[in-house]
Parts: sequence; C-alpha cells; structure tokens
Amino acid sequence: MSLAFGTRKGSTRKGSAPEGSAGPTDPAAPGPQHLLRRKRRREAARTLAFLSPWLIGFGVFFVYPLVSTAYFSFTSYNGFGAPSFNGLKNWDYVFNQLPTFWQGLRNTLWLVVVMVSLRVAFGLGIGLLITKVKTGAGFFRTAFYLPYLAPPVAATVAFAFLLNPGTGPLNHLLGELGLPQPGWFSDPSWSKPALTLLAMWGVGDLMVIFMASLLDVPKEQYEAAELDGAGPFQRFRYVTLPNISPIIMFAVVTGVIQTMQYYTQAIVAGKVASGIAGNSGQSFEPGYPSGSTWTLPQMVYNLGFQRFNYGAACVVALVLFAISMAVTSLLLRRRSGFMASDD
Amino acid sequence: MTLDTTLGQAPARTRGAGGPAARTARRRALLNWVAVHALAVAAALFFLLPFVFVFLTSVMNDQQALTTDYWPTSWNWGNYAKVWDTPGFLTWWRNTLLYAGLGTLLTVVSSLPVAYALAKFRFRGRNLALMAVIAMMMLPPQVTVIPMYLFWAKQMGLSGSLWPLIIPMAFGDAFSIFLLRQFLLTIPKEYIEAARIDGCGDLRTLLRVVLPMAKPAIAAVALFQFFYCWNDYFGPQIYASSNHGAWTLSYGLESFKAAHHTNWNLTMAATLLVMAPVIVLFFFAQKAFIEGVTLTGVKG
Repeated sequence: MSLAFGTRKGSTRKGSAPEGSAGPTDPAAPGPQHLLRRKRRREAARTLAFLSPWLIGFGVFFVYPLVSTAYFSFTSYNGFGAPSFNGLKNWDYVFNQLPTFWQGLRNTLWLVVVMVSLRVAFGLGIGLLITKVKTGAGFFRTAFYLPYLAPPVAATVAFAFLLNPGTGPLNHLLGELGLPQPGWFSDPSWSKPALTLLAMWGVGDLMVIFMASLLDVPKEQYEAAELDGAGPFQRFRYVTLPNISPIIMFAVVTGVIQTMQYYTQAIVAGKVASGIAGNSGQSFEPGYPSGSTWTLPQMVYNLGFQRFNYGAACVVALVLFAISMAVTSLLLRRRSGFMASDD
Repeated sequence: MTLDTTLGQAPARTRGAGGPAARTARRRALLNWVAVHALAVAAALFFLLPFVFVFLTSVMNDQQALTTDYWPTSWNWGNYAKVWDTPGFLTWWRNTLLYAGLGTLLTVVSSLPVAYALAKFRFRGRNLALMAVIAMMMLPPQVTVIPMYLFWAKQMGLSGSLWPLIIPMAFGDAFSIFLLRQFLLTIPKEYIEAARIDGCGDLRTLLRVVLPMAKPAIAAVALFQFFYCWNDYFGPQIYASSNHGAWTLSYGLESFKAAHHTNWNLTMAATLLVMAPVIVLFFFAQKAFIEGVTLTGVKG
C-alpha cells in the first residue's frame, strides 16, 4: 500500500505510471526505466511466489466455500441429486419455524455475557496473584496453567465425572459442607454455569497474557502513586487498569470470538450427561438438557449432518459468519497494534 | 502447612530489630505474604484437584468407582492396561499422531514464506491480505463446513479419512501465518538488507538468515498447531466418524465413555491417557509455548 503514496516531488515522470500501477519504488535508484520496470516485475513475481500457498488456500478454503454456502442457503438440497432453488424458504424456516435457533442465540448471548466476563475477570485475578507470589512462583504458575492444556474432550469428560450429580466428588463435597447440590450438566438451569466453571478452569492462556502485561506496567508509576498516598485499590484503579485496558479489550473480543465457535465442550458435555450412546451420529440431538446448551455451530452440525437439510444449515452458517466478522472488525478497529507494520 | 509454620514464627522474627514503625511495616509485609500465598494455595487446589480426583478414580476397581469414595481401597493399575488393550485405542493413537505430526509439519512449511512476505515485502494490497488472514483466523470452521464436506466427500471421495483435515494445512494456516508475521516484524530490516547485499536470493535469505532467528516463533507455532490437531473434535467428527479406523483420540474418547458408561474408572484412565502426551510435551517446551501465548496478544 505504501508504494502508492511513496512518490516524491520530481520523481514522477509524465505518463510513466499508468493508472492502477505502483509508482517508482525508489526514486533515488539510478538506471533507465526499463530496468526499474523489470525489477518491479521481478519483485511482484517474488511476492506472488511467497504468498502462493496461502492464495490457493484462501480461494479454495475460504472464498469458494463462502460463496457456495451463500448459494446453498437459497436452495433445497440433501446431498443427493442437484440443489434446487427455493428462494427464501430456508431463511423463513430458520428464523420462524426453528425455535432452537433463537434458543441457541440466547444461549450464546448468555455465554458471552457471563462466561466471557467471568473468565476475563478470573484470568486477570489469577494473573495479578501470580505477579505477587514470591515463594514457589514456578510451581504456582505451572499449576495455574496446566488445565488450559487439557484437550477439550478430555477436560469435558473429566468434568462430567467430577460434577455428576450421583457420585461426583464435587457434589459429595458440597453435601458434606451442607451446601446445595446442583444437577450441573443434567439440569437445564445449571448446565451453562457448569460449562462456565469448565472454562474458568482452563484460564491459563489469559493468565499468561495478563501476567506479561502486568509486568510491563512501569514501576515508576506505582512509586509516584504511592508517594501521592494512593492505597492498593487506588493504585489498581488509576495505574494498573489504564495500563492494561488494551489487553482486557483484546481478551474480551477474542473471548467473544471463541464463544461464537463454542462447540466441543457443549456437545460432549450434553452427550456424556445424557448417557446416549456415542458416535452413531443420528442418535444424539445436541442441546441436552432441554436445549440449554444449544449453540449456533452445533446447529450447523445438527441441520447439516444429522438432518441433511443443507440449505437451512447454510443459513445458520451465514448468520454465524456475519456475527463473527462483526466482532472481528471491532478487534481490528480497537487494536491498531494488531495491524501494525514495520514501515 | 507451610503457612501455619510461618505464622508461628512470625513473632520471633519481628522481635528485636528496628523501632515500632519498622515493626508494623514488617508485620504488614508478612500479613501480605500470608494472604497472597493462602490465595495461591486455594487457586492451586481449584486447578489441580480435578486432576487428582480423576487420577484417584482411574485406579479404583469397578465397584468402588460407582461410589462417592475419594480414596481408592485398592490400586488397580491394570485399568490402564485395559484401556490400552481396548480395540481401536492404538489405532486412534496412530491416527492422532499422523494428523498432528503431518499437519504441524505442513503448516510450518507453508505458513513461513507467507508470513515473511506479509512482514517484510512491500507490495500493493498488503494490508488487505493481512486483513484477509485475520478474517480467516476468526472464521468458525462450521461456517464453511457444508461445501467443504461436499467437496471432500463427493468430489474427492475422501470421507472416512483424516486427509480432508491434513491436506488444507499444506496451504497455510491463518493463525500460524499471523503469529509468525508478528514475530518476523521484530527482526531488524538491516539483517535482511545485509543478506541481499551479500548476494542472497529471497529464498536463501529466508532459510539462512530469517529462519534461524525465528526459531522460537516457529517452535510456538508448531506447538500450537500440534495441540490444535490433537484436540480437534469437530474435524474428525465430520470427516472420520463413518470409519472407526480413522478416528482420533479426542473423538474416540467420547465413544469410549459411551461404551463404558458404568465404568468411570476406565473412562478416567482413558481421559488421563489422552491428556498425558500434551502435558508431557508442554513440560519439554514450556518456554516456547508461553512465549507464543504472549506473542498472540501482547506484542502486537
């Protein structure tokens, strides 16, 4: 992009740069024009060569399927025969006749509001804690980080055991303490809190990001605040928070994007808690219990691969795409560092 | 336990030296230490107890695993052998290693030149290309899965295998490209210019000059990609579910649970066997991993 603005006074020759092509790369470079042009052509070829794997990937695995998804959303198609155009019927079906779609959106909103904010707050708390720990810091850091590494399916199966209402250790412990014992993954009003607990367990990634940013806050600012008589809470409010607010923003936005993709934990938790036999495909309807864990990605899977209604699945996929890109544009606007370059 | 002993020592340590002001300051620092470390111990319990309970249950016998006991009456290490001998378990291991190993290799090889071009070449539409990479990175895989499935299953006849997941990694992975680019930005231009003056071509510059400097970032990208493949559930569910011989550990674990739904002990043993490799890998490559996490967020 910078090429287009890189021309300096005196370097532009009349008619030398046709509309749409780059101006001279280096105005000071000696040599006649054809040499420059050859150099430019060589540079373009080189750039193209380096980018080629991704250019193919971008076309085949991004543009083509997106266009194709948009096309399928206006057709009736079950994988056999040819797709036949049916106008807005799929859109009408998804928006007006598929109550689980709205339930899935409501669940996603719940997860965005509760799960993302609790996870960010908890990650910040754990990050703060680890910067204050003097003894055994290495041990604590590893302990706090470890659950983040547990593969999602394994972590979810483990939590389905730990939180199972019958013999699970957590409810047993709660019972011994005389506290209420919720049904967790088996109770529609507790399944999302249970998933939130699972997400907070794997907070290690946020802990590391917050830890690094907290250590980057200039020490002088704390010292100055202390001289001014600021207590610990005031120091947090007026020194720490302003310094790390971009990181909090980053954590929130990426958290929202991850929540849009929320799939594995929800579907596995539902399957394990429902006790419905495994991977035969059609037997398990996601959302267990009572649709409380439906999310849009699961709906794409359900409509497309369990009900073979590709048209409706593509409508949900497009809604998912629109929301994800809207959130992504927020990330790009708020964090200029994301797009920073070295020239 | 350590907390109690330090508390007991507290008066002994503060007695003696310093005036009353110094003593209150020292007492406050000590209280602070105790509070911070008590919190840290509580947090460590929250993070580690799940592993402990899973492990303890995994060595119980069948009857005890159905009770609310915490501590095993007998230590049945044979449970792990039983899981290992389950038909298919070894195949899932092999498939997962193939998917994660080959996928990681292809990702690194195909993403590095792209990241280099995005970081160091000046060309028209570079910001646009970068935005496209970010858009691809943020795209939920479910958005494109219907046409992709039809493409791989109908046109290529590759359903029931992991190839539809591995082959795309030869064409650059958006997240890896982005992460590598962020790191390559930090390499000073002068190194690359010096190599060019010495007569290095672009590819040689990349391989001889940039690659050795980018080793930490490449290690982080490789680890992330390995973990991604190891953990992937949706991909194998779509492409491999029809063929037991192509299942991965993450996908197979769930069916293991379904087939052994009354055997929490065996399920927990299998769960630990799926977790173990990534955790071991982490201990070997801790530094690269943490650097990678910070690179994605902080060093923008």
